[in-house]
Amino acid sequence: MAQVTIENVSKTYSGDMRAVNSVSIDIADGEFIVLVGPSGCGKSTLLRMVAGLETITEGSIRIGDRVVNDVEPAERDIAMVFQNYALYPHMSVRQNLAYGLKNRGTPKPEIEKRVADAAAILEIGSYLDRKPRQLSGGQRQRVAMGRAIVREPAAFLFDEPLSNLDAKLRVQMRGEIKQLQKRLGTTALYVTHDQLEAMTMADRIVVLNSGRIEQIGTPLEVYRRPESAFVASFIGSPAMNLIPAHGESGNLRVGDHVVAMTNGHAVPESQITFGVRAEDIRLRGEGEDADMELTIDYVEELGAGRLVHGRIGGAKLAVSLPSGEPLSDRLDLVLDRDRLHIFDHATGRRVRPETETAG
Amino acid sequence: MHKTKFLDHVILLCGVFLMMAPVVVAFMTSTHDAVAVHLHGLQVTWGGHFTDTYKEVLTKKGGFTGEVTGARMVMNSFILGVGFAVGKVILSMMAAYAIVYFRFRLGVVFFWMIFTTLLLPLEVRILPSYEVMTKLGLVNTYTGLIVPLLASATGTFYFRQFFKSVPDELLEAARIDGAGPFKFFFDILVPLSKTMIAAIFIIMFVYGWNQYLWPMLMTNEEGFYTLVRGIKQILLVWVGSQIPEYNQAFALAILAMLPPVLIVVIFQSWFIKGLTESDK
Repeated sequence: MAQVTIENVSKTYSGDMRAVNSVSIDIADGEFIVLVGPSGCGKSTLLRMVAGLETITEGSIRIGDRVVNDVEPAERDIAMVFQNYALYPHMSVRQNLAYGLKNRGTPKPEIEKRVADAAAILEIGSYLDRKPRQLSGGQRQRVAMGRAIVREPAAFLFDEPLSNLDAKLRVQMRGEIKQLQKRLGTTALYVTHDQLEAMTMADRIVVLNSGRIEQIGTPLEVYRRPESAFVASFIGSPAMNLIPAHGESGNLRVGDHVVAMTNGHAVPESQITFGVRAEDIRLRGEGEDADMELTIDYVEELGAGRLVHGRIGGAKLAVSLPSGEPLSDRLDLVLDRDRLHIFDHATGRRVRPETETAG
Repeated sequence: MHKTKFLDHVILLCGVFLMMAPVVVAFMTSTHDAVAVHLHGLQVTWGGHFTDTYKEVLTKKGGFTGEVTGARMVMNSFILGVGFAVGKVILSMMAAYAIVYFRFRLGVVFFWMIFTTLLLPLEVRILPSYEVMTKLGLVNTYTGLIVPLLASATGTFYFRQFFKSVPDELLEAARIDGAGPFKFFFDILVPLSKTMIAAIFIIMFVYGWNQYLWPMLMTNEEGFYTLVRGIKQILLVWVGSQIPEYNQAFALAILAMLPPVLIVVIFQSWFIKGLTESDK
């Protein structure tokens, strides 16, 4: 159990390929951090640098009080769970769990005790003597977890551990990993490209894009107050609506529509990108003025609600509405003023509102 | 449909006949006595001298010095075949391990250097090889018989392809589990390569067993004769009115054929597994 400090870490591959660019993250003891981003954003590279499987070009990584830049993976006191589990195919489950301990010279009774404990925690006791190829995907996943647990490491590293499972099992394992981590109180660093995994599992999310950190924050912070248009579009499903617009005497002009900013958050007089989540738009109520009119393209029925896809002017917009009432071709919509996001058109950084009002 | 099937079988039977007939003739001929063979040529019927011929071939001291028996030649052939196969497996596995898992300067160049030796079979380098072995005083030793043949591009290449198909994550998991290069090799890679090792062993055993030219150069003491050489030796005894022991020559040929055939038959399933699937 330890904190993990990543300080100005960069990774440059031969040539000028910069996979990770000056990343700093402070991970508290026992915290569950999820690194999320599209493929090629450097999240796996970062994780592998913490594991010691990649060299660190610049910066330093500390696990506990120790700088581990030049420490062998086995000496770093970490355990890693791989996407394809990487179980040793010729060893039984028991041998798979024990291998690392054996190499570290742990006494036999101690190994047996730890393997038994881990098997009990993960409920894999009944197939300890089977080979990995005789196990299902979910069972292999558990064994891979078990191999991490028996080491009693300072930190768990997960490299997209659920992406080889089917959807149902993924949801189940998601919960189990989270619970297990809380129970063991071990610091965890978890890489995924699935924003839902990030939202549901993380204490804090780190959103990466092109090797840089876009934002670090709790799932709710990242969801409600994205620091950039990239984060806004990446976190949340459906993705946040992002529409080019510009400010007009403090109000928001989107195509032919002007949205009056009545809550004091003036919009700058320039080209901007304005963002609003599907659930922060509603149908115009009785005696209300509509902010904009939506032409419906198609409707997705989700059971609990429906997702209406359409266009305002040239821009696409998704609106989340309750199910039931029949819809006309056009909808009059009202935006939740407190939940509007304004991003700089050129840089994509957040400009308004600067403080969190959307709590 | 039926017609094709019939034709298929005819073709297959022709193939079987072509392959098996000479073997059957050789075996049948070996059960006659030398005189019958000399008088009537090759035989296709059972001659009744099976035990006589084979017993004599295996135990009679023969050759120029009268010291080498068939059994001795079988043993020599085994030593050559097994030593050759084991040596090749070990050497090519280690070479492939170095090439695949270690980033060293000119690694690729070394690989291609090894690979191009495929174009240089023993026959091409036989004079320098012989020269070296003579200088080292290894003529008429098992070492001299086996060692110069060991370096093998084929084996290295097979193992390289196999190692490349082993997922990188296994290596990484092993590194995190504290396995160094030796441990990874012996604990993970060798067990994973079992079928592959078996396949290469079989190929190389047969290859080594059938070596003719090199043993002929390297050994001139009859105590080192292999079966394949022994056959020829029997036919060389034209002393006076003696008839060459054709039946014994055929018996030796059958004996020489047996171990490779047995090995392939017994290990067939492993062999195919090793060359076709990767057990992961």
